[in-house]
Parts: sequence; C-alpha cells; structure tokens
Amino acid sequence: MATVTFDHATRVYPGTERPAVDALNLHIEDGEFLVLVGPSGCGKSTSLRMLAGLEDVNAGRILIGDRDVTDVQPKDRDIAMVFQNYALYPHMTVADNMGFALKIAGTPKADIRKRVEEAAQILDLTQYLDRKPKALSGGQRQRVAMGRAIVRQPQVFLMDEPLSNLDAKLRVQTRTQIASLQRRLGVTTVYVTHDQTEALTMGDRIAVLKDGLLQQVGTPREMYDAPQNVFVAGFIGSPAMNIGTFPVLDGHASLGRARVAVDRAVIGQFTEDDKNHITIGFRPEALDVVPGGTPDAIPVVVNIVEELGSDAFVYGSLTNEFGAASAVHSGAGDAQVIVRVDPRQVPAKGETIGVRIRPGEQHLFHAGSGERF
Amino acid sequence: MSPTPQRLQITAANPDPALLDLPWDVPLEQWPAETLAALPRGISRHIVRFARLSGRVIAIKEIGETVAYREYELLRQLGRLDVPSVEPVGVITGRRDPDGEPLEAVLITQHLQFSLPYRSLFSQSLRPDTATRLIDALAVLLVRLHLVGFYWGDVSLSNTLFRRDAETFAAYLVDAETGDLHDRLSDGQRAYDLDVARVNIIGELMDLQAGEFLDDEVDAVAIGDALAERYTDLWRALTEVESFGYGERWRVQARIDRLNDLGFDVGELDIMTDVDGTTVRIQPKVVDAGHHSRRLMRLTGLDVGENQARRLLNDLDEYRAATDRQAEDEAFVAHDWLTEVFEPAVRRVPKELRKKLEPAQIYHELLDHRWYLSQQQRRDVPMKEAAKSYVKNILPGRPDEQSILGVQASDLRETDVIPRVDDEIIG
Repeated sequence: MATVTFDHATRVYPGTERPAVDALNLHIEDGEFLVLVGPSGCGKSTSLRMLAGLEDVNAGRILIGDRDVTDVQPKDRDIAMVFQNYALYPHMTVADNMGFALKIAGTPKADIRKRVEEAAQILDLTQYLDRKPKALSGGQRQRVAMGRAIVRQPQVFLMDEPLSNLDAKLRVQTRTQIASLQRRLGVTTVYVTHDQTEALTMGDRIAVLKDGLLQQVGTPREMYDAPQNVFVAGFIGSPAMNIGTFPVLDGHASLGRARVAVDRAVIGQFTEDDKNHITIGFRPEALDVVPGGTPDAIPVVVNIVEELGSDAFVYGSLTNEFGAASAVHSGAGDAQVIVRVDPRQVPAKGETIGVRIRPGEQHLFHAGSGERF
Repeated sequence: MSPTPQRLQITAANPDPALLDLPWDVPLEQWPAETLAALPRGISRHIVRFARLSGRVIAIKEIGETVAYREYELLRQLGRLDVPSVEPVGVITGRRDPDGEPLEAVLITQHLQFSLPYRSLFSQSLRPDTATRLIDALAVLLVRLHLVGFYWGDVSLSNTLFRRDAETFAAYLVDAETGDLHDRLSDGQRAYDLDVARVNIIGELMDLQAGEFLDDEVDAVAIGDALAERYTDLWRALTEVESFGYGERWRVQARIDRLNDLGFDVGELDIMTDVDGTTVRIQPKVVDAGHHSRRLMRLTGLDVGENQARRLLNDLDEYRAATDRQAEDEAFVAHDWLTEVFEPAVRRVPKELRKKLEPAQIYHELLDHRWYLSQQQRRDVPMKEAAKSYVKNILPGRPDEQSILGVQASDLRETDVIPRVDDEIIG
C-alpha cells in the first residue's frame, strides 16, 4: 500500500507549447480511491499515464510512497493497470487465469495458490477456482479479470476509463462492483473518467482537470456544494448547474426585472476585471416555483418536462422580456434553465412559471476570473 | 407503441451495398450458420464472426459505438502509414432487433487473405524454428508500429495474424482497440507494450498447453523472452547512435547496408561530427520497412512480402547473371524476368490449386523445389520442369490457406494429428 504524489508534475508534448499537464500537485492517500475527471483533452489520461510510466515527465516528480518513480520503468513501479475486459484463456482454470502472471514472474507455486485463494475469496470465486471460464457467468468472468490484477498485490491500481466499452446497464453494475471491491481491498486507486456521475459515485475524492490544470480536488460533497470556480460548478452535477453573469446595481444582481441580493462583503471583493458584474450559479434544486406575480420571480417558459418518478425537471427558456436571456446557460444550452419541480405538480409544456433562487443556495463567482467568492 | 425501427448508419470508405443484406437486426452471436464463413475462433473480448460478402470474407466485431469509430479511424491511419494491419471496411451503428431493442455497433474489417491465426501455427508439433520465426515476425511488427508512434496497449498473438513470407512469416496487426497513435513513443510506452506482449504471449502459449494443443516441453516463458530480446536488438539496430573515428567513414555505408539487410530503407540519417572533427556520430532518423519489397515493386510491379521479395530479387539476379545482362538497365531485365520466368511458372498452377498459397509464396516454394530436384538429379533442372513436378507432387498436398478462419490445426503443415482447436469466444 502506498500514497501517490504528483509534485509539480508536468508533461509537454513535443511540438506543443501548452503543457498537457501543467505543474500538477496532488497527494493521494494510502488506500484512497481518487478519480481524475474532466472533459476530453483536460490531461486526466496523461496524468495517469505519467504515473504509470507511459509518459515522460518533463518537469516535477512523481512519488509512490516515499519513492521517486519519475524515471522508473513501468514494470518496476509496482502498479497494475486494470482492464475490465481482459480476454480469459479458455483452457486454463479460473485459478490459472488469475495466477499465470505470477507463474511467469517465477513466484513459488504455494505462494501463487495462496494469493489466488485470497483474491478468490474477496471476489466470491472460491468455488469456481478449478473450473474453466466457459462455466462462469459474464459477471464472474469479469471478476476473474479483476483477480488477475489483484493477485499481483500492487501498491496502486490504475484504471483508465475501464467502463467505456460496456453498455449502459453493465456500466452501472460494474461501477458499483469496482467501488465496493476497492474498499474491500483498500488498495490506493487512481481512476480516470470523463463522466462526472462516475466520478461522484465512485471516488473518495475527485480531482477535476481542465486544459492541463487542476481545478479543484475534494470529496464529491465538497465539489458539489462548494465548487471553486465556474468550470467545476458547471461540470459537476447532473443536471448541470444554471449559471449566469449579471450586472450588479444597488447591492443586487439584476436578472432582468428580478433582483438577487448580493452580500455587501462580496461586492467589496469585486475586482476591476469583474466590471461590476457577478456570476451566479444555482442548481436546479435550488429553485422554488412561486405563484405568478411574486416579486423578483424569474419567468421561465417550459419547453420539456423530464419526469423521473422521484424527481421532475423542467427544461425552460428565459425570455428577453426580462433582460438579456442569453446571460444564462445550463446543461440544456444557452438561455436555458433547468428547474427541479415537485413531481406531483408538473407544469405543462408551453406554460410560463415563475421561479426564485432559494436564499443562500446560490454560488457566487467573480465575473472576471470565474473564481468563487 | 410500435417498436423503434432500426435505422442503420454505415460509415465506410467504399461501402459495398451487399452489406445491407446481412442480418444486422440479429445479435452477432445468433447469426445463422449460412451467413457465416466459418465458426469463430480465438480469444477475444468481443463477439467476432466471419461472413462472406461479395466474394470476399469480412470479420465483424460487436463493440461499443465510440470504440468502434475510434478503432476504424486508427486502422485507417495505420493503413496510410503503411503498417501491416487489417484493412477496415466500416462501422455500422443504429442496429436494433425487431422489438426495437438497441444492438451493439459493429466494426467490420477485411479478412486478410492467406493469413494464419497463431492457434493453427503454434501447435503440438511446433518446431523450434517455427516458433522463432513467428516471434521474429511479431518483433518486426512491434518495432514497425513503435517507429510510427503506435502504442498497441494489448500486444498478443490473438491480436496478430501471420502470413507466410518465403521461409519466414510476416505479422499483421488485427486489433487496434487499445491502441493510440502518438508523434513519438516514450521509452516507458515501448517498455510497457513489450512487457504486455511478453506476458500475453506466454499466457496464450500456456493456454494452448493447458488445452493439450501444445507440448508441455515447449518453454513458453523462453518464447516470450525471445520476443523481448528480438525486439530490443532490432530497435537498437534501427535507432542506435554509432560513433567512430573520422577515418572510418566507410561505416556510414556499412550501417545503411546493415539496415537494408534487415529489410529497412534509411529515409534520413543524422551525421554529426564533434568540434575538432575527429569523431563522427550517426543515427538513423527515419527508417522504412520493406526495402526489398519496394525494390521489387519498382522493378516489376509485384506487391509481395518482404522476404518473398528478397527471394524473388535473388532469382532475378541469377537470371541476370545467367543471361549475361549485368550491363543492361535492371528494369529491362526485370521486365523480361517477369514475363519469361515468373509469370509462366506461376501460370502453370491450375486454377483449382491457386487457393493454396499466394503466387509469390508458390514461386518461393517452386525455387526450393527446383533446388531440391537439381540436388537430387545432380543437374540444373529447368524451371518448366520443376514447375511441372511441383504442381503434380507438392502443391496438391498443401492445405488451402486463402481463407483460414479457425482451422483445425491438423489442416496445416507441420501440424500432424492434432485434436481440433475448438474453443469459443470468452469474455
């Protein structure tokens, strides 16, 4: 078991100026499940491959435990890349499928058997050890594949979008399996995905990257409740946060005719860059539907109602009648907002509803830098 | 509500309308036998089937949509980079079964004619030199892939096909699913790829041993290690910096000759001298495989394997000497050799026997046969006579190797009486 440390780790691809990973500082605790997440091209896979030894590190260092592995060959790093989808060998028993890499490495037979049996127990495969893969269900075969990595007893597991080839149903199932298995094994794990739902549901902590820069690292709850900047705010959470930039007048941000009070202390922190504007984020569940004519209500024209049983979401447009609608965007697009409504009282398509941000549930960011106040 | 109908989207460079006739609304696993070209074999993570299409054979793999497009594009790029790999035919998405349930996307590749899966080559009677030649072929493929910046991620025998290439084999990449194309690979990427290759190959051989298709005496670990060694040697020969004194400048040409010998052309060679000009350092910067096959292609238009080309070029040289035409333009001599020697010999093979081997491979065997006859009869047996004997006595006994998909090992040479390789797709 070990910690993993990225210490100003930087990767610049030849012929490019902007680093693919720019001075990444990240400390992963022993036994922790850390998810690297971000849009395509953010540097998450490059970071993982740097840790695996597949990418050169141009500046900074990488440590596994106290050991500087920056220039160590991949196979000597004591890490295991885990694939969900190993092909299993049809003529070998489950035990041999799990243990053959140890055999190649020259591990004594008794040790191999012991490690395979331990792994089988964790994976609920004990009774199948002497069977051939053909006799197993799809899920059991997947566990055998996991077993292959487990018996090596590496210090760190690395997983690069391991679920991307699976269909949606299997993806959800396997997601849970991996997460619970990792907790049982307690092996430090670094997991890469572009899917923020995967990140939120699996990770002890999540590190969000964008353009090679670490944006924020924290527990799923921290990332959700206190995103450090506009990017993280918009990236984490599904449906995505509604975000808009508005002028501030007399201590209020004006959303058209509606006004949202902004704390004096916040206004005091305005910089020149902000140009007297503020960026406000509000999650779909931070909105109350209020009766027509309520002061400060934001009118929303209902485009679609998505009913999920436990929840219902209105995907609506803002109207220019109340100001610059295009100032707001959400997961649904520009000039669109998403509102969670009572699933037992859903508005009709085409209807206009009034919504109001629940006091204290807005996220305030600098309009200039995008950083959280 | 009526089920959502299937709306296929076919992405292909040269779409074949016959593709539409295949039963895309049926999961690949349940395709009717009459559609399939043979039973699928080999270890694969996915369901793979072979089907006949407009007189050719295609391989169809069910795989996630994004991965399918990605692999299709990668295979196209590898083709453009002239790396031996299977040719992608297209991607089909939007499949649904009659109940409207979505089915997985498929990636379609062209079956490589005359290729042999490893399971038919590594078998109980595996001769040590066959193993060596197969491993050599894979090492060359891996080096070539790494030279163009391709990181394979899952090098294995299952992901490789072999074709006879004179007395050796040539390896082709079949599965690029886990691969990535980079400007240049780091040493870590190459080392990891090689390590994965080693472990996978040993695992695959151990599996054959577990199934009793391969003798337990065969040292699987040694074969895996041999790959790593061969790769390392070849990589060094192709990329290493060499230093020598200013007086030893002949070593520049010697290096080029050595690379040509290994089958590589030198596209760019860095030559550096130190400040006082006493030492010279050279390093190949761009090397392209296919030195001999390119030369033969230029001279005759024949497109054949590297070692087949080497053999044919030797024969061409002999022809040139025998006809005393060394002073003439090589291209003219080559043209005459083609029309007077090569083509008549290959044409002697009756149509029904042409599925046995590729023409260049047949010619290679013919040369062997002529040598054998000449030795036996202590005279120079003419080609015409040798060809007649070969077609009568040797070729009919050869298996048809044009479309071997999941052969019974016993169908092949060097593989006497072996139980059938009868496994199924796992995973």
